[in-house]
Amino acid sequence: MIPRYQKILFGILLVASVAMGVTLWHLRQRAHERLIAGQDSAPTSAPQIAPSERATLLVANDSDGSLLTQFLSLPLPADPGARARAVLGKLLDLYAAPDAAHPVPGGASSVTQVFLLPAVEIGSGAATPAKPKLADSRAVVILSGESSARPSGALSQQFGPQLAVVNLTGSFAASHPSGIETEMLTVLSICGTLHANLPRVTQVRFLVDGAQRPTLAGHADLTRTYLAADAMPAEEIRP
Amino acid sequence: MRWTKWTLAALVACGLAAAPVTAQQAPSVPQARFVVVLDAAHGGDETGGRLTNGQYEKTFTLALTMRLRSLLGARGIQVVTTRESDAAVEPEKRAEIANHAAAQACLSLHGSESGSGVHLFVSSLAPAQPVRFPAWKTAQGAWVARSLKLAGVVNSALLQAGMSTTLSRTTLPAVDSMTCPAVAVEIAPERSTLHETTAGLGDPDYQARVATALAAALVEWRTEARQP
Repeated sequence: MIPRYQKILFGILLVASVAMGVTLWHLRQRAHERLIAGQDSAPTSAPQIAPSERATLLVANDSDGSLLTQFLSLPLPADPGARARAVLGKLLDLYAAPDAAHPVPGGASSVTQVFLLPAVEIGSGAATPAKPKLADSRAVVILSGESSARPSGALSQQFGPQLAVVNLTGSFAASHPSGIETEMLTVLSICGTLHANLPRVTQVRFLVDGAQRPTLAGHADLTRTYLAADAMPAEEIRP
Repeated sequence: MRWTKWTLAALVACGLAAAPVTAQQAPSVPQARFVVVLDAAHGGDETGGRLTNGQYEKTFTLALTMRLRSLLGARGIQVVTTRESDAAVEPEKRAEIANHAAAQACLSLHGSESGSGVHLFVSSLAPAQPVRFPAWKTAQGAWVARSLKLAGVVNSALLQAGMSTTLSRTTLPAVDSMTCPAVAVEIAPERSTLHETTAGLGDPDYQARVATALAAALVEWRTEARQP
């Protein structure tokens, strides 16, 4: 026989549980409505198609170890990082073509990201251990020419020289033909193409799958910072 | 007194006898030794590129090194190699071997299926003044001018042998730390103007021609080095 007071207590607990469940469900509904009300899911702007612009590509040629300047009309985004990725994608698409003068498999998808950062002046001691070495005299001309007109403070980030960090895929590095010349041509053509289309890019570093890698395919040093001007043909070097 | 006289006479006699010997030895002062370092690139787990004949670059460079060593030995040139087997040698160790040898020429041998002919590379470091304790990673800076001259001699010898060549600058960790005139030699297949391969890296005749031309270049370099 259950005592009367226990029956009353059980009934009160049951009613309280049901009331709490109803309150919780009600609060959840109100929170959901509040969340929905704060979001405007309607499209705010139509997707834009970037207008075609003239892009300059420095295309490597294995037969004579040269970099040839090619001009192409490409739809280029306004954002500098996306723009850099677009031109590099086109460059690597040319290398992946069947009749390429510098055949490298992979294509546009081999460039995962291009980050643009304020450049640290080479020689200030803050540069990476692997200092740029190719044709240093030319590089100094470029850097000193830009540094004389460089604004200070926050403006330097907006107008100063930039370091481009190119993140390549591991499959691109793994499938790249091995050799000093072919690897250097790939690296220099990327550096030159970046500088030709984004003149503020004066230095370039490379990552593979987001990490530093000693060499591209056994030869070209990927631990150093390259001067973009090193890859430019002599006549295109600004005084 | 008699003992002193005999001693003096013996000393004078010895002196007279020794004098012509010294005079004869003076002209035959041995010339400065001429040492060449041959660096067969890659090795061990670091295979380098894969060549069209299925061979790895490490095997090709070792075979070429051995062939060139024989040719240089026959010409009286002392050779030091960075490896003589399929062993992994770190770039720092390669430079260390070259620097200990105090060589007059260092050749880093590579092979590639890309391009054509022989590609010659000199360190892209800016020329620097020699210092007593150079920085390890840029030690080659003080030798770049000599390296460029050596590359010119090698280039001439290869052209004389009828091969096409390209001359460039690059960054190779082992070469950048060498304190000797250093050139990286990358051998690619010989191709016609229509880009057809006329001599592959696996062709023993092509290897022999390259090795002979390199040996001729080093003999020429030795002659230049010995000129006052």
